[in-house]
Amino acid sequence: MSQYKRMENPMFNPVSAPDYLPPEKLRELQTERFAFIIRRAYENVPFYRRRMDEKNLKPEDFRTLDDVKKLPFTIKADLRDTYPFGLFASPLKDIVRLHASSGTTGKPIVVAYTQSDLDVWQETMMRTMAAAGVSKDDIVQVAFGYGLFTGGLGAHYGAEGLGATVIPASGGNTERQIMLMKDFGVTAVACTPSYFVHIIEVAEKMGVDLHKLPLRRGMFGAEPWTEEMRRHIEEGAGIRAFDIYGLSEITGPGVGAACECQCGLHIFEDHYYPEIIDPDTLEVLPDGREGELVLSTLSKMAMPMIRYRTRDLTSIMTERCACGRTIRRISKISHRSDDMFIIRGVNVFPSQIETAILNEGKNLPHYQIILTRSHGLDNVEVDIEMTQEMFSDKVSAIESLTARFSHAIEKVLGIRVAVKMLPPNSIPRSEGKAKRVIDRRGNN
Amino acid sequence: MKLNQLSIFAENKPGSLNRICSILAENNIDILTLSLADTTDFGILRIITKDWEKARDVLTENRIIVRVTDVVAVEVPNRPGGMCSILDTLSKYSINVEYMYAFAATKAAIIILRVDAPEMAIEKLKADGSVKFVSPEDIFQS
Ligand SMILES: [Zn+2]
Repeated sequence: MSQYKRMENPMFNPVSAPDYLPPEKLRELQTERFAFIIRRAYENVPFYRRRMDEKNLKPEDFRTLDDVKKLPFTIKADLRDTYPFGLFASPLKDIVRLHASSGTTGKPIVVAYTQSDLDVWQETMMRTMAAAGVSKDDIVQVAFGYGLFTGGLGAHYGAEGLGATVIPASGGNTERQIMLMKDFGVTAVACTPSYFVHIIEVAEKMGVDLHKLPLRRGMFGAEPWTEEMRRHIEEGAGIRAFDIYGLSEITGPGVGAACECQCGLHIFEDHYYPEIIDPDTLEVLPDGREGELVLSTLSKMAMPMIRYRTRDLTSIMTERCACGRTIRRISKISHRSDDMFIIRGVNVFPSQIETAILNEGKNLPHYQIILTRSHGLDNVEVDIEMTQEMFSDKVSAIESLTARFSHAIEKVLGIRVAVKMLPPNSIPRSEGKAKRVIDRRGNN
Repeated sequence: MKLNQLSIFAENKPGSLNRICSILAENNIDILTLSLADTTDFGILRIITKDWEKARDVLTENRIIVRVTDVVAVEVPNRPGGMCSILDTLSKYSINVEYMYAFAATKAAIIILRVDAPEMAIEKLKADGSVKFVSPEDIFQS
């Protein structure tokens, strides 16, 4: 990027230059890097060699990006089956960091980084934050958990790389988070969207008006969230809420990010190659069609991922973004195929219920979906916490509020739903990803 | 006379009323009277207390949802049909009674009325002449 361009746009950070690569150049780079990573995986990871041999594929069979579809998929169970180090392509002496995800069942998933992997990770997190308008002039509070989870450290190094002032608050202790925001004049925050909704709630109770703080931007990710929730956050705190996307299997946050246009998420395609597949037929879908996002890492040395099935449902957007970036976008991820539950034969995503609740109430109350089974029939109960604004001293008013919620949700689900209003703080809060669905159908 | 009633949201679950009452007790708040409306899922506890502001604040601090509601307190005439004349007056002016509850004070029975237009209710009941209003001083004296 020329000096002239940077002067013209003082917000432009040179680290974002790859976001604007000419498309032909980008495809060329992707092809080159993909060929390299396939060879690396084949030669160093017995798992990949076996999978490719089964398909009669050799690294040299990969010539163009058209050949990607011939490659085998990798799924989460493959990471568990090879626990702990089975997918590493580098010896431990070259590996400088390990992270692990909290597996809900049994062993966690382990991911590894060489120094160059950490450098790429930092670069993509810098590009993530730069896309949200963060610069060295910002004070960034990282309220993602630090530790084995990739969110905290990922956001930390991104903000630090940009030269911003970083507050490594980690998750939890919400009142202290708000005190720090206020006292340090925090201008940007990074955490899960559901935790930020909790921050808004607590700030209100503490009598802190987030609108009056210097806080301007939030970068939210690590769980699916809806447009309605974005609106709720933006209005509730007077900030702009940006999507960030990533998963530890690929690298952590920094796989994709929303730009100032806030329309979908740009994928950092020079490092991560996106495809959308039909999760049933496994066929690659054309741009614009919704399906499961599949990602391949193009530069990861310690642990290359080839065609990893993310379970996130989205589509690749066809139009070029108004921001000028040439890297492609995926549409906002509001659900995962994992989160989906089937209730009396109907596929339901928690986000659909959330949208119905938000459309009915002005604010987003805390809620939880509880699935039970009685006499062989599935039942849905939605527990919603009462708020000061919704409360009335009249039984009839609360009953009609409850009825409005259940009608709105029933319209989405097509089956009867029992809505129950609960006192505040009855539903456990999470400082990480919100647990929206409790499935008790296995127990009876 | 107009009184400030506290309306409190409670879950219909063992212990939820105990919690509210113990918070009030710990803060030395004397409850003059109360009424509970409950459904299968939730309850609304309505409380009349002299220290309604303090009660509201301590409950709010404990993250209990409470709202202040204007209610009307009148003495029920100690004669047959005394109650009817109050209701007749209200219905004559299309004032809707949402709910009501009574309690025995030292001298007479007092009824708390939650109506949709408290100011108008007071004005019309006064004009009607058959009711005796109770002032907060009288009520909380005992
Ligand atoms: Zn853009």
